[in-house]
Amino acid sequence: MAPAKATSNGWRIERHGDVALELRCADAISPAASARVHAAMAALQAAALPAVEEVVPGYVGLTVLLRELPRGERERAEAEVRRVVVAAGEGGPESRARIVRVPVAYGGAAGPDLGFVAERTGLSAETVIARHAAAEYRVAFIGFLPGFPYLMGLDPALHVPRRATPRTRVPAGSVAIGGAQTGIYPVASPGGWHVIGRTAIRLFDPAAAQPSLLRAGDRVRFVPVPVGEVDAAAIEVSDA
Amino acid sequence: MLEVLAPGPLTTVQDLGRSGLRALGVPVAGAADADALRVANLLVGNPEGAAGLEFTLNGPTLRFDGPRIIALAGGELEASIDGWVVPMWRPVALAAGVELKLSRVLRGARGYLAVSGGINTKPVMGSRSTDLRCGFGGLHGRALRAGDRLPLGRGESARGRSLRRRRAESRQPFMPANWWVAATHDLRGDVAWLHVLPGPDIAALDPRVLRTLRSGTWIVSNSSDRMGLRFEGPEVPRVPVPEQISAAVLPGTVQLTPDGSPILLGVDAQTTGGYPRVAQVLRADLGRAMQLKPGDKVRPVLVDEDAAEGLRRVRASELERMRFAIASRLAEE
Repeated sequence: MAPAKATSNGWRIERHGDVALELRCADAISPAASARVHAAMAALQAAALPAVEEVVPGYVGLTVLLRELPRGERERAEAEVRRVVVAAGEGGPESRARIVRVPVAYGGAAGPDLGFVAERTGLSAETVIARHAAAEYRVAFIGFLPGFPYLMGLDPALHVPRRATPRTRVPAGSVAIGGAQTGIYPVASPGGWHVIGRTAIRLFDPAAAQPSLLRAGDRVRFVPVPVGEVDAAAIEVSDA
Repeated sequence: MLEVLAPGPLTTVQDLGRSGLRALGVPVAGAADADALRVANLLVGNPEGAAGLEFTLNGPTLRFDGPRIIALAGGELEASIDGWVVPMWRPVALAAGVELKLSRVLRGARGYLAVSGGINTKPVMGSRSTDLRCGFGGLHGRALRAGDRLPLGRGESARGRSLRRRRAESRQPFMPANWWVAATHDLRGDVAWLHVLPGPDIAALDPRVLRTLRSGTWIVSNSSDRMGLRFEGPEVPRVPVPEQISAAVLPGTVQLTPDGSPILLGVDAQTTGGYPRVAQVLRADLGRAMQLKPGDKVRPVLVDEDAAEGLRRVRASELERMRFAIASRLAEE
């Protein structure tokens, strides 16, 4: 593999097979790293480099998918990508942030792994719920599945490693914890995270002009509701 | 209109997939063996990205209500009309009302049917591809069922006029062209060799794990689908596999799960993931990889950038030659 080359402002760029470039600006999840990713994403989209097929953001970096090109052209494209991220600022989409309140039924059949998370963390199930619902989360990016939010801000006391063998089916609306992360499954899917609750909110509508309910930069709060009320509970969206 | 009389175990509408939506978490989907669909489309005079049918291990039985030109590509398969064999890899003119029976895929996992005019279901986010897990695209976001009726695009292009005339004059239900193209992948042999480049998370792994992954022969497990192929094989040394910060994964990415087994992600794979990305199957080999079925044996071949570029060039020029050859033959039909 080509050794990682660092840019003057700390981006490291590596090849991802013959299909993409991996750009990293940090080794740990943080709001600052996320803001740099959002800024680089915006700069790459604005640059609209012809060799770039699309850009996929993550917590600490971006993956730039390249069109199939002869090697020489691809190397020139790599240099252009480098130039764009070096010139990108530190800003993010926080200026248009919204607060989204998501109703969740925790535990029982809606959250079959709540007991496991409680056991692993040494907390009571009630405390796991209280702590999960107390935090305000920030949407770092949307990925994994259509509309799936990767949220920052999980209480460190609730960090639990992912399952050794992924489940073959996690139902739509599952609220789950995986490592230092928490999120909501928009559709049924295999998954390696621990399911602690369920929401009936629709996160993704392919027919809508904005198919994804949540956007990078949004703030999210989970509101515990009894399991009998979760199907009727409405989402609340307000400006931050 | 194309009517589904029997659907086969997993038949879906697919084109070349959705692009530009990965930042919303939308997988690419599309034909698992994209080159096979491309060639099938070219053979019937369609644009390469027109929607066709992908079927898995066993094909559907279909009825065409009007005369059409079709082509079959992908894995080696059994196809017949009224008990007569319908050959693959060439244009075939059909009379109105015929029943096309696609049965076993003898080699490989997936077959493709292109129809002149293409399948004309409503595009979702820019593509007609069925995304089974997300439940959109294709026909109602699901696999085809008996009784489904698929709309077709306008099929009366100038292409294939002489083939259609010969078919009409012969009064046979179908007429294959007397020329064909080579299969896009060689599916013979006991072991499939897949060329890979190192993945972006390889530095985080224990060298013993890498050695085992690289040196083993891997068997495709039963729990494999369009999302990914799982493998059984040599025991990977039980050393902790470091968790990664979630980042993009792509069709062709090989991830190592914490229980030590690798997963090769397919076209329906999620857009991001947290398991270490240990390898990336070359673009040139991805369609071949997606023709693997449970029980098939695989050997990974680690290549360098020079070898990868060489393989890319070979595949690109083969496809280009195929485009040229088909265009010139079709112009004579």
